[in-house]
Amino acid sequence: MALLSKKDTKLITDPLLDNNPITIQVLGICSALAITAQLKASIVMALSVMAVLAIGNVVISLMRNIIPSKIRIIVQLVVVAALVIIVDQVLKAFSYELSKTLSVFVGLIITNCIIMGRFEAFALANGPWKSFLDGIGNAAGYGLILVIVGFFRELLGSGTLLGFKVLGDPIEKTGLYALGYENNGFMLLSPMALIVVGIIIWVQRSRNEALVEDN
Amino acid sequence: MGLKSNLHNLKEKYKGTKMAPAFNALHTFLYLPNDTTHNGTHIKAADDLKRTMNTVIMALIPCLIFGMFNAGYQHFSALGTPVDFLSWDAFYIGLIKILPLVVVSYGVGLGIEFIFATIKNHEVEEGYLVTGMLVPLIVPIDIPLWMLAVAVTFGVVIGKEVFGGTGMNILNPALTIRAFLFFAYPTWMSGDKVWIQGAVERTKEIAAGANIDAISGETILGSLAQGHHINYSVSDMFFGFIPGSVGETSTFLILLGALFLIFTKIGSWRIMLSAVVGALTMGLIFNGVASSGLITETSKFYTLMSTEFWHHLIIGGFAFGVVFMATDPVTASQTNKGKWIYGFLIGFLSIMIRVFNPAYPEGVMLAILLMNVFAPTIDHYIIQGNVKKRMKRLKVKTA
Repeated sequence: MALLSKKDTKLITDPLLDNNPITIQVLGICSALAITAQLKASIVMALSVMAVLAIGNVVISLMRNIIPSKIRIIVQLVVVAALVIIVDQVLKAFSYELSKTLSVFVGLIITNCIIMGRFEAFALANGPWKSFLDGIGNAAGYGLILVIVGFFRELLGSGTLLGFKVLGDPIEKTGLYALGYENNGFMLLSPMALIVVGIIIWVQRSRNEALVEDN
Repeated sequence: MGLKSNLHNLKEKYKGTKMAPAFNALHTFLYLPNDTTHNGTHIKAADDLKRTMNTVIMALIPCLIFGMFNAGYQHFSALGTPVDFLSWDAFYIGLIKILPLVVVSYGVGLGIEFIFATIKNHEVEEGYLVTGMLVPLIVPIDIPLWMLAVAVTFGVVIGKEVFGGTGMNILNPALTIRAFLFFAYPTWMSGDKVWIQGAVERTKEIAAGANIDAISGETILGSLAQGHHINYSVSDMFFGFIPGSVGETSTFLILLGALFLIFTKIGSWRIMLSAVVGALTMGLIFNGVASSGLITETSKFYTLMSTEFWHHLIIGGFAFGVVFMATDPVTASQTNKGKWIYGFLIGFLSIMIRVFNPAYPEGVMLAILLMNVFAPTIDHYIIQGNVKKRMKRLKVKTA
């Protein structure tokens, strides 16, 4: 027997491509633009969101039958806030430098539309296991875009990947820099992140015409 | 068999295939097509898109030639061995440095146009003809060619093709290309080393131990932003014997180009005039502030604020931007009243950015891009206002 049923697998794979939270639902854009100048920060952000979303989905799903629907948003906020504080403290304890780079954006996971969206749309109506998979899947879809954007921004903007000088040393002029190559400072600015996300959306929709919205 | 029939045969051969638009464009660019439309009524007018584009290019040619002379002139002046302005020595430096810029700009830009036309299966559009000529004129002379190629790719794809190609773009492609260069490679787009041919090379040689003098030349706006005083005469500034981007220094030749564009009814005189008025207004306000004593001479804005208001028209890229880029019919306001507002705000904001943000000494680029974004909004409200006015008239009559 397979580890996951076909339906469960879809919960994870769907948000990766055809129902991606960033490129299709256009949620969680702020953090995608703000913290993707480095690949490392993108990965950590993706993992943080994954932890919050997966656990939060399970908690909400377990409580779904006892939450009065009038105050469900407040309950959801309490759950997500508690989880975000835990993640924030863990980051501060184990990787202080990185938590300074991410600064306020870890705290702002609370306001990430993807999280409230999944609580509302999925966890409130499904069991804990399915909600867990849904959380993992959506966070992975979010993380995938973050990593792609972070990869290009760090590579073209700083000439490094995860801090390694893959294109050579810009000061000592080795590698590509010896040929006159220079880093693209525009890549480090947030507007370029928006353009990179835009290009991803463009590529994705021209590969799969079904995703193009009518207007 | 001449070139024309060769091209015609090629066109026939590839008819209906994906490559058809590419051959069709080559053929119609160089020659009149063999066949004309047979049925229906057609307007026969000479001023098609290609003619419009060529008129602008003709207006730009004097600036280009002047830029070549000026490049050499500035180079030798900075070296301390001045030559006559109209000398072969001066022209030669400009020719070998600027011609590659033109070739790269056209080669890369038209290449992308051809690729997109082939993929999307539409005819090649003429929109790049003017952009390709503008781009080399608004960059520093020593810009590395690969950077120019990257920027042109970005400008044409992101600035134009994603919106649907010529006529659909929101931002002026030439300015998008310059803005990209400005933010991506700031060391090559500002400072005192890039405006004079050879200054960067010199710096490198000196760093490597060569015993030669460094050469440098700051643009007037650049030195004003740092609080230095300038010692160029007004006529130097007006006729363009000053450091700057390749083709924007000579206000005199730009003015001739402007008259030519207005005479041929291709450039909008409303935009040009209102931009000048806007710039003068802002300049006068700043002059007033500076002379009223509201800010002291130690303020970092003082030098730029106290620059005589009409000097702003002849220094920097203001004249070039207003005449050749603010008037781009695609990205400017379409309504007449809108053109006044659009132009005025371009002039007004250009000077404001110049003075308040010395990190971006060239305000006209950012001002035009900003107003490009607002042009549709301006038009919308002008049209709505017009509709409302007419509706009122209708009510009065029926009442």
